[in-house]
Amino acid sequence: MHFTWRRGLLRLSTGAGWPSSLRFPHQSCLGFGCFCSRSPPIEVAMDPDHNAPHSMGTTIIGVTYDGGVVLGADSRTSTGMYVANRTSDKITQLTDNVYICRSGSAADSQIVSDYVRYFLHQHTIQLGQPATVKVAANLVRLLSYQNKNMLQMGVIVGGWDKYEGAQIYSVPLGGTILRQPFAIGGSGSSYLYGFFDKEWKEGMSKDEAEKLVVEAVSLAIARDGASGGVVRTVTINADGVARNFYTGDSLPLWHEELEPQDSLLDILSSSSAEPMST
Amino acid sequence: MGVEKLISSKMMLAGSNRRIHSVHRHSGMAVAGLAADGRQIVTRAKSEATSYERVYGEPIPVKELAERVAGYVHLCTLYWWLRPFGCGVLLGGYDRDGPQLYMIEPSGVSYRYFGAAIGKGRQAAKTEIEKLKLSELTCREGVIEVAKIIYAVHDEAKDKAFELEMSWVCDESNRQHQKVPDDLLEEAKAAAKAALEEMDAD
Repeated sequence: MHFTWRRGLLRLSTGAGWPSSLRFPHQSCLGFGCFCSRSPPIEVAMDPDHNAPHSMGTTIIGVTYDGGVVLGADSRTSTGMYVANRTSDKITQLTDNVYICRSGSAADSQIVSDYVRYFLHQHTIQLGQPATVKVAANLVRLLSYQNKNMLQMGVIVGGWDKYEGAQIYSVPLGGTILRQPFAIGGSGSSYLYGFFDKEWKEGMSKDEAEKLVVEAVSLAIARDGASGGVVRTVTINADGVARNFYTGDSLPLWHEELEPQDSLLDILSSSSAEPMST
Repeated sequence: MGVEKLISSKMMLAGSNRRIHSVHRHSGMAVAGLAADGRQIVTRAKSEATSYERVYGEPIPVKELAERVAGYVHLCTLYWWLRPFGCGVLLGGYDRDGPQLYMIEPSGVSYRYFGAAIGKGRQAAKTEIEKLKLSELTCREGVIEVAKIIYAVHDEAKDKAFELEMSWVCDESNRQHQKVPDDLLEEAKAAAKAALEEMDAD
């Protein structure tokens, strides 16, 4: 097995499996899941600026705490102004102890995750023990870097292994790999840099870290149009993996966000019955 | 690891025709048998080690390297148009699971050992190794013991001169596979010669 697999690993060729009509997603279909890449570009109300930096819909976060990691993400998959899926799961499993937060093109990040899961499975069998987080992250970035012309995805790989403990690796657009105590990604992350600079600290407890992640994602949801829905978190430590789910209505509201309103009729009936005056 | 390198000619430069090769920063191989076959195995091991690191981003675990080399050696026993390797190899390395020693035989079999010997004097050498309390030795002490064993096992009647080649990988060498430093090597040789004289005197 190991005499031939090496050659197969590192190329996603434009042969079988990649539609020849695949085009680069353009500004009018921001973010996660570019469904209109096969149809002619739609004229939208706004004037797309093709030279502007391409933002990815999503907020993804990975944070280490004392003994583990907490990965968090929103759940909005948007195509332009339409929300294709409001409850998507952007945190995908690679191995028992390593998970990946995906942002950017849904197809690209899914296929890379599938490849890496497959390679890690083989690697685990050969090694006879669980793969390390570093190896998982390295495989992701090799695929990301060597196919940078075709792929568009920014991911955060996080997990726990017995050698190095809790680790977070950021693999953004070009295929860099960077180990960090915490990482943020996706379009919503732009609004979180200041927040983390202020609130992040080394050696948090599991609950503190999870609270921090949920607070951060909800802040990003408040400000970023391409992020929304629910907050999903995955906590990984020596004892295993725990998934959590925070419904949209349980999230805190922030400055200038509207109070939830039931219906216009209730508002109108609660005010005076007199007709409006000039 | 130590090798009794028989000197076939007085014209040979000391230190040439090395029998111990570094495979990666953290591991090395000592070869016994046909030297050319040994070089082939070492080259293959080097290439496996570098390609593993390129793909997985971490130094190859010694166990994995041993299995890959064993697979390659075994390959040459499967086809009628290939002959088996005419040499056995000792692979010593230090990875995140600690120091490890593996032996790969021409049949393609590979086991992990606390102490191993290949070559003409291996039976006698193994007996000597079994007398040692390996768990209590430091690497420095191990170097001296290996030298003593090689000198003890050397057949004075049949093979005349030999050169002692030694390498180590331990905490003291910063977990890198290196030639044993000259001063320690001289110390080991002296101790080995002294032990021989003691034995002869009995």
